Amino acid sequence: MDKLELDGIPTTTRSFLQVAATEEAAPPLRVVQIEGLVILKIIKHCKDHSPSLVTGQLLGLDVGSVLEVTNCFPFPMREEDEEIEADGANYQLEMMRCLREVNVDNNTVGWYQSTLLGSFQTVELIETFMNYQENIRRCVCIIYDPSRSDQGVLALKALKLSDSFMELYRSNNFTGEKLREKNLSWVDIFEEIPIKVSNSALISAFMTELEPDTPVTQCDYDRLQLSTSSLMERNVEFLIECMDDLSLEQQKFQFFYRSLSRQQAQQQAWLQKRRAENMARKSAGEEPLPEEDPSNPIFKPLPEPSRLESFLITNQISNYCNQINGVSGQSFNRLYLMKALHED
Amino acid sequence: MASSDRTVLQFSLSSSSQSLSAKVHPLVIFNICDCYVRRPDQADRVIGTLLGSVLPDGTVDIRNSYAVPHNESIEQVALDIEYHHNMLISHQKVNPKEIIVGWYSTGLGVTGGSALIHEFYSREVQNPIHLTVDTGFTNGGGTIKAYVSHNLSLGDRQIAAQFQEIPLDLRMVEAERIGFDMLKATAVDKIPSDLEGMEASMQHLLVLIDDIYKYVDDVVEGRVAPDNKIGRFISDAVGSLPKVSPPVFDKLVNDCLQDHLLLLYLSSITRTQLSLAEKLNTAAQIL
Repeated sequence: MDKLELDGIPTTTRSFLQVAATEEAAPPLRVVQIEGLVILKIIKHCKDHSPSLVTGQLLGLDVGSVLEVTNCFPFPMREEDEEIEADGANYQLEMMRCLREVNVDNNTVGWYQSTLLGSFQTVELIETFMNYQENIRRCVCIIYDPSRSDQGVLALKALKLSDSFMELYRSNNFTGEKLREKNLSWVDIFEEIPIKVSNSALISAFMTELEPDTPVTQCDYDRLQLSTSSLMERNVEFLIECMDDLSLEQQKFQFFYRSLSRQQAQQQAWLQKRRAENMARKSAGEEPLPEEDPSNPIFKPLPEPSRLESFLITNQISNYCNQINGVSGQSFNRLYLMKALHED
Repeated sequence: MASSDRTVLQFSLSSSSQSLSAKVHPLVIFNICDCYVRRPDQADRVIGTLLGSVLPDGTVDIRNSYAVPHNESIEQVALDIEYHHNMLISHQKVNPKEIIVGWYSTGLGVTGGSALIHEFYSREVQNPIHLTVDTGFTNGGGTIKAYVSHNLSLGDRQIAAQFQEIPLDLRMVEAERIGFDMLKATAVDKIPSDLEGMEASMQHLLVLIDDIYKYVDDVVEGRVAPDNKIGRFISDAVGSLPKVSPPVFDKLVNDCLQDHLLLLYLSSITRTQLSLAEKLNTAAQIL
């Protein structure tokens, strides 16, 4: 993107040289503005292919602190063959070219993916983010959960990785010290950005006309449904699985600490022996041996296991907990409503 | 489309067209409007392909669409056929079940050029549907109509094509699911959360109940003539509340409440555990 183009809100005019010379500090991304068209497309694509997970590309414009998403196109389901890789890239180029011909914004601003009950925090997501981040200055990932739409909730989220996390990931260093240094905890990995919806005036006119006259819509029917048990069951199931994974990670840490302390004890013992030997040699008038011996295997530093997995799992768990809370809240409302109705 | 008094024009009506109707998904309307807004300056209208499927009862289900660049002048109409095929192949990679079911154009009514384009599309698929979306709002409203064409033949010769309107189902169930508030306004500040949505739905329900109350009151006091059908509906609705005795019902509700409270409790414990675990993990120092 042209540097001059981004300078859409200057109050003073600057010479081209000045603008080209200064590093423009990008305003932080504050809101993602999606068009109704994109929302409908994402919903349709995810719903058509549920329960399998699908992805697609987002197109739009990056304006100041707002990221506008004006169109999107879905990716075909990928087989695991190598030759399909080239096909996938071809498909993308073809779609972008065709859309350009009808004046659609040709600018990739991110991608969307569907998820199942919010289990999207994986290492693949982070890697995809890093890939995109190398080419595009600002990109977002939109997550849509089609299973929640049966409850009448539009489960759409815009995510991006926080900057501090990205730096840490690049250095691939997730030891405890580094994390304490940066004061990074598991909430800091993903940043959720608020979504705004915008529609063109033409479509707004059409929708106003096409809106049915009934005071109650399908959305209301969905929300007032009493049966949430299947959704809750699946949520709790996933929660339990994640807790198992988390406890596995915890065990890894425990093992690491235990072996570390054992190694230190061994080191101390060896050091004592050496010192005793040196005393003996000094009294015998010989050269003291060095107090360190790097070739001895007990001095080899043990690698500390990475905490990335545990952070991701923690994120997932907290997501499930949030969902459970949300669904419970809705159910409480419904139950009290039923109670009140029955009393009359 | 003119019938003279002396010769009889043959209308070749196929039996399927009598029950043919079409159903449009809201995405198609959105697509068409978006393409119209983005059209190149010299074009008056936008033309594109409709994708969808034919349901077993004969209804044509229009689910998706894409615009096709075209050039139109008084004498001729030129459509970018290669673009059309390329987009079709790309779309079918994602959704192999969607096939061409017709084409659309913006603007009111059917023009002469449309007949030529319709002929092209009838070579691609049998009996294509022509959808017109009036983006100019000429009749004071956005009219959306669907047509199929029949060939008028005089004896053996084909003279003209007659575009016959077919019933169009514009129920926007998916749009309703999202909520028309989000799709109607030109700018919405945020997507409603779970509880806000519940609140809105409950308010709708309250309004409905109030209306029914008022109606029943009016009928009892003689202000409004009673309508037996509505009365029957109301009694059906009230009767559909399950007849369980109060203690059984209370027990049912309380059991559900307790289940949900338990789940809430479990999730709070989990979160406490998470923050503890995290503190332990990162705070442990290597001495």
